Amino acid sequence: MTFEESERLHSVPPSGIRRYFELAEEQDDIISLGVGEPDFAPPWSARDAAISSLERGQTSYTPNRGLRELRERIATDARERYDLAYDPDDEVLVTAGASEALDLAFRAFHDPGDTVAVAQPCYLSYVPGATLAGADVRDVPTREADDFTLTRDVLEAAGAGAADTLVLCYPNNPTGATMTRAELEPVAAFAREHDMQVFADEVYAALTYEHNHTSIATLEGMRERTVVFSGFSKAYAMTGLRLGYALAPAAAIESMNRIHQYTMLSAPTTAQHAAIEALDNCADDVAGMREAYDRRRQFVLSRFAEMGIDCFPASGAFYVFPECPWANSDAFAEALIEEQSVAVVPGHVFGAGGDGHLRVTYATSLANLKKALNRIETFID
Amino acid sequence: MNSREEILALLRENARYSTEDLARQTGLAESEVEATIEDLETEGIIRGYQAVVDLDETEHEHVRATVELNVTLDRETGYDDIAARLAKFPEVQGLRLVSGDFDFQMEVEGDSMSEVSRFISEKVAPVPEITQTVTHYIMESYKERGVEFGDGHEDDRLSVSP
Repeated sequence: MTFEESERLHSVPPSGIRRYFELAEEQDDIISLGVGEPDFAPPWSARDAAISSLERGQTSYTPNRGLRELRERIATDARERYDLAYDPDDEVLVTAGASEALDLAFRAFHDPGDTVAVAQPCYLSYVPGATLAGADVRDVPTREADDFTLTRDVLEAAGAGAADTLVLCYPNNPTGATMTRAELEPVAAFAREHDMQVFADEVYAALTYEHNHTSIATLEGMRERTVVFSGFSKAYAMTGLRLGYALAPAAAIESMNRIHQYTMLSAPTTAQHAAIEALDNCADDVAGMREAYDRRRQFVLSRFAEMGIDCFPASGAFYVFPECPWANSDAFAEALIEEQSVAVVPGHVFGAGGDGHLRVTYATSLANLKKALNRIETFID
Repeated sequence: MNSREEILALLRENARYSTEDLARQTGLAESEVEATIEDLETEGIIRGYQAVVDLDETEHEHVRATVELNVTLDRETGYDDIAARLAKFPEVQGLRLVSGDFDFQMEVEGDSMSEVSRFISEKVAPVPEITQTVTHYIMESYKERGVEFGDGHEDDRLSVSP
């Protein structure tokens, strides 16, 4: 008896990030700028709410779609911050991280032979998620010349119009790019013209530094065709609590929930209690973290400029995406870990359009950033 | 936030940030940072720069106490007069007029409990306007000026993650 991997899984390669993780783990005094999560702990009052809920024994399953109180607050927050209008009864689904919601959407809305266009470079889950759902993936590489925004040009060049679904993530991991309403308009027009559904991963929406986030779902004719994904991992630094959500028209949420009710049943209950408190009372904590990220962002951008490393002015999330000083970014990243104990991730790991760049996370203390950037400076000299 | 507020927030977070680091974090020129700090100092907004020290970890014994003071005022003597007199003593590290059951909250520091007690009984209590003193010796400090004295939040994140 042997376990024979399914063909679908067989076509999904192991994560390209693994190798850098292993190299970094071997170093003693590693400073990692290769992390995809905040360095802050969640706001204490949210953690305290989680502890209190455990003390009260609130550890049962919740309704499939999530606690009613949480869905109401998510809907209110989305309306007040981003002008997104969703009914907490049937247009909000609380999931185990935004990643689960994305997986649900890939599986709910694709058959073998369908095509998913993925704006890249991007978070590592979209391509495997679409592939495991049986869909074909079309890479849509964005360009540094456009500050890694998604444009009509790159959509057309990639033949994205033939796809059923467009996946985009702004503010973006790994580039730190954001998109304004004006920049999103032509993307929305493209999706409408080609009658595409849009999966908008907006998990970094709270972390923009030059302009407020605009959700593509708020553009004309987009709400009906868009699923918005977000969660508590980035804004509230709650990654390990695994809590996200999807916002979409009722029929789409109903479809996603049919998978969710069988596979997950409900999102982690303790995390849902923390999230209620986060939305009720932690806006100041989020603002404080955002300010800290912004200072670090400016610090890192100015240090790269001093070193003569080209880096477009990333304006969201907690990443910058400088050009790699060497032609071979794998060799650079490996040597940087081995010789200077600083971890960064080569951009190509995040898909098409990322080659020749490095993802540098500034979700770490200023003292660490300072030290790491000094080491990078020594390294390239 | 304007640049003054930004500089102030950063210095309150870490007074040892260099001018260079402050400039890099705010996008201001170093000369602007220096001028802003000078203004803040001249205007009496920034009154000093001090380290946050966990005295229990040092080799010398330090004794600190919070003292509640009640006072009576008369036509010639107001709170400010009494405060000015008390604040002059080097033993007094902090002095605040507060609302509630007593008038002043005073922080006193000394090398030993007897030294602090003597200071209260010989220098503070005899002040004519002071009607009552209640001294609380600090037994353990868990957090000072926003800094927790625990072991801190360890970075337990995976070193590389998506």
